[in-house]
Amino acid sequence: MSSNPRKGAERSRIKGRTLLEIRDLKIEGESNDVWHPIVKGIDLTLRSGEVLGLVGESGAGKSTLGLAAMGYVRPGCRFVSGSVAFDGLDLLKTSEAARRAIMGSRIAYVAQSAAASFNPAQKIIDQTVETAVDHGIMSRSDAEADARNLFRMLHLPQPDSIGERYPHQVSGGQLQRAMTAMAMSCRPELIVFDEPTTALDVTTQVEVLAAMRDIVERFNTAAIYITHDLAVVAQMAHRIMVLRHGLVVEEAPTREILTAPKQAYTRSLWAVRKLRKAEEPGGDVLLRMRGVSAAYGTVPVLDDVSIDLPRGRTLSVVGESGSGKSTLARVITGLLAPSKGEVLFEGKPLSRALAGRDRETLRKIQMIYQSADTALNPRQRIGEIIGRPLELYLGITGKARDRRVVELLEMIELDERYVDRLPGELSGGQKQRISIARALAADPTLIICDEVTSALDQIVQEEILTLLMRLQRETEVSYLFITHDIATVRAISDHVVVMCQGRVVQQGLKSEVLSPPHPAYTELLLSSVPEMDPDWLTRLLDREKKTSRPG
Amino acid sequence: MTAGHPKSPRARRGRFAAVRRELSKAPLSAWFAMIVIAIYAFCAIFAPLIAPHGEAEIVGKGYMPGGWHADFLLGTDQIGRDIFSRLIYGARNTIGVALVATIISFFIGIAVGVLAALNRGWFDQVMSRIADALLAMPALIFALMLLAIFGKGMLNLIVILALLDATRVFRLSRAAAMNVVVMDFVEAARLRGEGTGWIVFKEIIPNILAPLVTEFGLRFCFVFLTISALSFLGVGIQPPTADWGSMVAENKSLITYGNLTPLYAAGAIVLLTVAVNFLVDWLLYRTSGLRDEQ
Repeated sequence: MSSNPRKGAERSRIKGRTLLEIRDLKIEGESNDVWHPIVKGIDLTLRSGEVLGLVGESGAGKSTLGLAAMGYVRPGCRFVSGSVAFDGLDLLKTSEAARRAIMGSRIAYVAQSAAASFNPAQKIIDQTVETAVDHGIMSRSDAEADARNLFRMLHLPQPDSIGERYPHQVSGGQLQRAMTAMAMSCRPELIVFDEPTTALDVTTQVEVLAAMRDIVERFNTAAIYITHDLAVVAQMAHRIMVLRHGLVVEEAPTREILTAPKQAYTRSLWAVRKLRKAEEPGGDVLLRMRGVSAAYGTVPVLDDVSIDLPRGRTLSVVGESGSGKSTLARVITGLLAPSKGEVLFEGKPLSRALAGRDRETLRKIQMIYQSADTALNPRQRIGEIIGRPLELYLGITGKARDRRVVELLEMIELDERYVDRLPGELSGGQKQRISIARALAADPTLIICDEVTSALDQIVQEEILTLLMRLQRETEVSYLFITHDIATVRAISDHVVVMCQGRVVQQGLKSEVLSPPHPAYTELLLSSVPEMDPDWLTRLLDREKKTSRPG
Repeated sequence: MTAGHPKSPRARRGRFAAVRRELSKAPLSAWFAMIVIAIYAFCAIFAPLIAPHGEAEIVGKGYMPGGWHADFLLGTDQIGRDIFSRLIYGARNTIGVALVATIISFFIGIAVGVLAALNRGWFDQVMSRIADALLAMPALIFALMLLAIFGKGMLNLIVILALLDATRVFRLSRAAAMNVVVMDFVEAARLRGEGTGWIVFKEIIPNILAPLVTEFGLRFCFVFLTISALSFLGVGIQPPTADWGSMVAENKSLITYGNLTPLYAAGAIVLLTVAVNFLVDWLLYRTSGLRDEQ
């Protein structure tokens, strides 16, 4: 078998033949010297040419199962029992050499972050053809020709020369597609996609999804598509398997599971996108930006931006990455001095630089970051993190401080047990709650939320958004909410500002901005948001084809 | 009601247990290193109590042979001082000077390095270029030159070694701090209106401590070897103060007669260096392992 890994490849490509059969798989992981189960007995069958979506919260065991389909576990994990039969061969029992012959050539893997998976020191084409050449499937020149062909199929720009570039010289979406080309280079029978579009913008995501779906269909490749985004998986998968705590909750064909989910948990996953806040126009203006322009060195980032944020309301700023959303936050917080224009807070102009602002102004404007991992000092305990603003701004110390910290923890639905913990001991959602508590501790009037939910999976996103809305009702705080996710905008905002390349394209009440007619850019942004409809991508592509080639 | 009894005892016990668990997992080399270092430390601290004779006391004739039944365990040196006693006093002097020099170099290096990473701009430029200039010259030769200019002596030795070594600590702490300075939590502290002191001591230093602690072990070794080398060359710790480097130098001619006397002091140097390196290896392995777990 190992001498010719391609043997049997043609046979198994006949549609409907069982390609991968996982039976009663159990996997354990080690932490602090204790083995605890990650996958607790899962059965999975995949036929050739079929795309299976694996959906679940983080920690559900999706990625572990995806890797197990290749007979691989991460360091610190181990197989306990069960079998993983690929084309009749049990990958858990076979020799390392035989398994390695199959990996890459008959089974391929596309990781979440292409940027982290490419070797930055080698050209893209060298890395794309490497597997095919190493496995002796193609000669170097054939493989290169084939790679260029794949680049073309994946709609990469300049497919003949893009391979000559280094990974940092192409965009994230292009790199993700190059990685798909790499996986395809041996025409594998099975590809495991592990959250391949999670790190991408909505508009880029659409392109990558379309390219992946097209190529998987064209070569009749079986695929396991791992994601926490239901709308995305609905476009890709024939069947969807919902996982939770290492067990299968529900498995059914895509249409069936979308329209009639049987389990309560599946329905709760579906419900996330239904979160809506009734918009309120609001009265006096808390924050007003007038004709603000800003630049990093000589590179202009913001161009004549004017926005109003009413007191006690939520203003969402939407746009792709690079549209200047985060720079807007830096100007308001004083980290970047604007080159033109002014920022008025409670009617008074804010000092342009951080150094010129008094402690009271600093207290009133708080910020919550996208990644709670880097926003919380890993060496400080939770009590210290939340207690510091109390000491600094409000002069609350000692027992009174400890009491207030517990109160704040209860406000964010955690409790006093967390006071002594370090951020590393908490989950992503809990860490983001701690960031919120730290902002609340200062008793602010404005909180700037920079993509605060984009690193979290959907159920946790909904919890955080609900929490933020509840806190707004209780404390009358205003939010400036920076996001690229339209579902989040729908859920939380009163007012919306659409930004593109440093300019405000459109602004107004949520209902005005999100309903037609739209300026072209808003239209593109809105139409790129995947919907919970398996035909959405097909329809979108059809529509684009019609508009780009009229008649 | 609840905040009255903070749970720090539980946390402290947890940390104690974690240390015990780490120790139980320590490899043989680390245990060997810890025991050797403990013996050296004991000798250095209690030298006057352990040593059978005085440091510079002439107790016999020159070059008397040693042995279990002889008056002097390891014999006497060229002017009749007990070599065993001098080895024990040597631990105190050599290790003491190296330790003081290393600690001073870390104080200077970390302070300047972290401030340079935090402020960048001209301060960083000036400090980095000074460090570059000092680093461009081989440390031992540079130290020899400076000692020739400023004169021999314990104080000069410590100051010169500390300053030379601070440049290396500066580079490391600056690089490590640079990775931390860009983190959102440092920006958050700035936005909160924290002063430089808080940011340096509460936000940055706790996060760069792991590499610095390991570096401390390594740098201590280098300083220690440099002192021994300088003493061997006659410009380090001055007689009659006992020092391993000069003890090797004083008795080096004996090696031609097949006498092992100069090797005792040399062995003491080697053993301590190897032990510290073993310990540092283990610490490095542990901290990098911790990083993987995150």
